[in-house]
Formats: sequence, C-alpha cells, structure tokens
Amino acid sequence: MQFDQILQYVLSGLSTGAIYALIGIGFSIIYNATGIINFAQGEFVMLGGLLTLTCLDLLKLPIWAAIPCAVAVSTLAGLLFERLAIRPLRQPTPINLVIITIGGSILIRGLAMLIWGKDTHAIPSFSGDDPIAIGGATMLPQHLWIFAITVVIIVINKFYFYHTISGKAMRACAYNRRAAGLVGIDVRRMVLFSFMISSAMGAVAGIIVAPLTMTAYDVGVMLGLKGFCAAIIGGMSSGMATVVGGLLLGVLESLGAGLISSGYKDAIAFIILLLILFIRPQGLFGKADSERV
Amino acid sequence: MNSRIVSFLFAVLTMLLSTNVFAAAPIKIGALFAVTGPAAFLGEPERNTAKMVVDEINKAGGVRGRKLELVAYDTAGDATKAVQLATKLIKDDKVVAIIGPSTTGETMAVIPVAEKEQVPLISCSAGSKITDPVKKWVFKTAQNDALAVGRIFEYLQKHKQTNVAILTVSDGFGASGREQLKAQAAKYGIRIVSDDTYGPKDTDMTAQLTKIRGSNAQAIICWGTNPGPAVVAKNARQLGVKTPLFMSHGVSSKKFIDLAGDAAEGVKLPSGKVLVSDLLPKSESQKKALVSFVKDYQNHYKAEGDHFGGHAWDAVMLLKNAIERGADTPSSIRNQLEKTRNFFGIGGTFNYSAQDHAGLGKDAFVLVEIKNRDWVIVK
Repeated sequence: MQFDQILQYVLSGLSTGAIYALIGIGFSIIYNATGIINFAQGEFVMLGGLLTLTCLDLLKLPIWAAIPCAVAVSTLAGLLFERLAIRPLRQPTPINLVIITIGGSILIRGLAMLIWGKDTHAIPSFSGDDPIAIGGATMLPQHLWIFAITVVIIVINKFYFYHTISGKAMRACAYNRRAAGLVGIDVRRMVLFSFMISSAMGAVAGIIVAPLTMTAYDVGVMLGLKGFCAAIIGGMSSGMATVVGGLLLGVLESLGAGLISSGYKDAIAFIILLLILFIRPQGLFGKADSERV
Repeated sequence: MNSRIVSFLFAVLTMLLSTNVFAAAPIKIGALFAVTGPAAFLGEPERNTAKMVVDEINKAGGVRGRKLELVAYDTAGDATKAVQLATKLIKDDKVVAIIGPSTTGETMAVIPVAEKEQVPLISCSAGSKITDPVKKWVFKTAQNDALAVGRIFEYLQKHKQTNVAILTVSDGFGASGREQLKAQAAKYGIRIVSDDTYGPKDTDMTAQLTKIRGSNAQAIICWGTNPGPAVVAKNARQLGVKTPLFMSHGVSSKKFIDLAGDAAEGVKLPSGKVLVSDLLPKSESQKKALVSFVKDYQNHYKAEGDHFGGHAWDAVMLLKNAIERGADTPSSIRNQLEKTRNFFGIGGTFNYSAQDHAGLGKDAFVLVEIKNRDWVIVK
C-alpha cells in the first residue's frame, strides 16, 4: 500500500509539474529575449482555457479545431500586449517593464471577468474520463495528453532555437542584445516573437490542464506563480533545466501534501523558491554563468 | 375660462387626489448586499430577490395601505464600506430596518452600528457567531453550518459509517465547517480518522485522496465551495475511491454537477429545500413559499432562484409580517420580529425568540444525492 501511495503521489506530481514546466518555459523565453519577468504569463494560461470554452460552446467548433483557434487568439493577445504595453515605453528599465506586466495582468484578468463572468467553467476531456491503472496508481487519459503535448512542445522549442535562423537570432539576443543588434538582428522583432511564443505556450498549458482542473478568470495567478518557481529552479533557462524544475516542483508538492501535510502544499513551492534564490540564484543546475537558452 | 387655466386646475386636482390616495408615506427598508466583488455570487441574487419581493408587495397594495421602499446599496464585500453605508442608511435615509449584509465578515462589522443606533438588522450571511450570543437588534436568515453538519452525521450514524475522513478548504467557509465537523463528531459517535485541507485555488487533490484511501475511512466529507469540491469528486473517481463521498451545502447548485460531470454521480450533500422544491411532498409546509419564489425568480430574471436569493426573500417577508402585525418603528419591528412563529420561508421554518435569533431547526436541510445529473432526496 505504501509503495502504491508513493507511486500515485509521483504520478500526480509529474502531471502538475509538466504544466508548471510549460508555463515556466514561457517565463524564461521572454526573460532571455528582454531581460524582464513577464508577470502576465499566467493570464495567457487562463486565456487559453477560457477561449477554448468559447470556441466549443459559442462557436460550436469540435475540440480539435477549438484548440488551435484558442491558441491563435491568445497569441494575438500576446502580440497586442507587447505592441501596446511593452514597446511604447520611453524608458524601458526592467523595473518599469515588470510593473507594466503586473498592470497588464490585472487588466487582462479584469477583462476576462467581464467577458466570461466569475464562474468556474468545465471543459470536456480530450478522450474520455476512464482511469488507466499503472501498478497500484491510476491516471486519466488527459494526463497522457499533458505528457505528450509537453514533450512535443519542448522538442519543437529545441528545434526552433537551435536549427532555425530566427531561433538562433533570439539566442543571440539573449547572449548580448547590443551585439545582436550590431550584426543586423532586429532586436525589437525578436522581443515581439518571444512574447508571441510564450503566450502561445501559456495558452497550450491552460488548454491541456483545463479538463482536469477547470478554468476561471483567476486561475492564472497561482499557475503563473508556480510556473515562475519552475523557471527559477531551472535558472531561467528555456531548455531542459526548467522542465526538470517544473517536474521537481510538482512531485515535491504532491509528496509534501501526501506525506507531511496538505496545508503546506503551496508553502513548499514558495520555500523552494526562496531557498533557490538565496542559495543558488543561478538555478539548481546552472553554472555561475549559465547558458541562457 | 381659457384652456390654460382649465389644465392648471386639472393638474392641481390630480395632485390633490393623488396625495389623498398615497397619504401614508412609504416605509423605508435599507439593504446592504455585496452585488460586486468576490461575494457577488451572494449579493446579486439577494439584491434581485429583495427588489422583486418589494415590488410585488407594493403591487398588491403594500402593507396595511403603506408602500415599502427599498433603499439598496452595494458594499462590494468590503466591511469598511458596509459600516459606512449602514450609517448612511440609518442617518440619511432613515430606514426602519436593514437587510443584509451578504457575508459574515461584513455583518460582524455592521452589528455594533445596528446595536448602537437601535435599528433591527436581518443578516443574510451564515456565520453562527452572528446570533451566538444573541444580540438584541440582530437576526439572521441563512442556515448555520452546524445544521448541515448535523444532517450528514445523522445519516452516517444511521448507516453505521463511523470512521470519517474530512477534507476542507483552507478559507473561512472551510475553516468554519472543519470546526463544526470536529466539534459535533463525538455527539454522533463519529471518529475523524483523517483531517486534510486543500487551498481554494488548488487544481489537484489526488495527494490528499490517496492518503485518505490508505486510511480506514468509511466516508469522506469534503467542505468547500466551487470549484474545489468538483476537483475532489473528479480525483476520487480517477483514483477509484469507492468510499461514499459527502459534500457541503456550499456546492448545492447545478453548477457543481456541470463542473464535476459524471464524477458527481452518487455524491450526497445537505441542501436547502429550494434546490428540490418540486420534489418535496405536498404536505411539506414550506412548499408554497418555495415554489412561488422559484417561479417568480424565473419570470423576473430568467435564472433559477437559489438559496442566496432565498435568504433575502425570507428577510423581506419576515419584515413584512412584522409590519403587518402593526409595527412601523425600529423598536416595534424588532419586538414583532422576535415574536415570529412558524413562518414557512425559503431557508426553513423560522421561530425566533428572545434566546434564538437564528430561528431555524435541522429541518432547514434535506440530504440529497446526485443521480443522473439531477437531485434525489435521500430518505
């Protein structure tokens, strides 16, 4: 029984962790391109879920069409956010930008509340609700979707950053913005790209998790913070380190809730965050000067 | 006589006549509801209902020939604002009684004002500390958590399911439920074998449920408001937990069934009778009030009337009855309210007395089970 329990905690933790990882990567992509932490990242997670709901209920689209549609609209929202809120800033000091993203997140959340109301909404699972038994533990088909989609996104991400011109250009911006500008890379366009990519990733995370956790206008806050934790553990890298950070966070939370006390579940995440920031600000796996992408 | 004078005379005559008809000034009732803000799910149906009931009373000729006038303010769920607005209602609007506020926090803040100014307050929030100990000017219409806990424990005792796991949300509602669950367990011979909590925004409760599955619990009681309990129901189904699952009255709305889907099947919960008004036997004394409230609300707002609206319905009707018995000043209304006996309202059967300003008994709740996405009364 004890082993079954542990297995269940780990499985549950991994699936929540995969979501944290996706959100965390969104944080680090923008951080690497612009040097700011985009605290509105969680709101794109919320937008993904709620837009899917609208596509399903209002436009009567089938689920396979609703998802790309929701991702596209969220990406557009990310694009508008960068164009209207980030780019026009006269003095783009990091502190100004961070405060703008916080303001933006409150605005987006408020708009979502007006559009979708304060209720929580359910989204149907992609393929049924019959539990799958693994050893003594169980998981839902939706968990498999989460793992599969996370892996696919990470692979695409890797390919984009290492094998395409614009991905390489974005990495160049991350190493040294001025140098990247001098060799002819349009840094502002790269910033715009980074916002689009991370809002799309946030939306995907929001969509694949919504059938399990349901969605509402304010789900972005907590998920955003947990994703931020994952990114910090991974040292703000947009590669495997953040993925491992997210999974680690998910498993620790789940084990903590099961074995110690469920009251401390969120505390565990934030204690880890503080410890990492104090002891290893470069991230758990980072060398002092880590590769940023 | 030219036409201008004729029309002037006509106007004067009309005014004279109309003042004759409405000689008695309207009776002003104040209302404080959290129509916006986090508690809007309470305040909005409450405000709607209060307006609807007052309109209907006036349409039927008012109370003893006098119209009622509802002065309703939005507190946005903010205790400081509620206190300011309560003072405004008493000092500026000169109301004879106040209905609301919607949340326990606001009510506790407003109580000193009502007590000092000696104006009766009929709160629409549930916290038991509002009327315990009894305060001279304060009444309430929402059911205590303790009554809901009692309903569940009674059932468990009858079915000899005495080892119970509790899983409560870590907010005000969950904390109060947890307190009551622990306090009343011994009285019904129930042992709490596992005591877990979850955060109001948590999205996965499999860890807690796995722990409960490993214990020897014969029933799980989850205490929270949407969406947490829906996640718990889904997770329990995923884990294949066969232990019967009980919820609180906090999720007694169709919304819970929508959110939890198939996982809601077989879940039992205590609920006010509004939810099952059409299933109640004809002999049920509250049936008339319940059916008329649900129908009215449907006609006015194209939405199903819920418990929260019901709290406001009860408050307005209690006031109306007090005024009908001849009270029209704050102190006489208070005295008449305290004499309320066998008032069949939405929340239950009210019997106020000098020792009891909550007025409801255990019959305020029925135990319902979810079957085929609908409610069934558990006998």
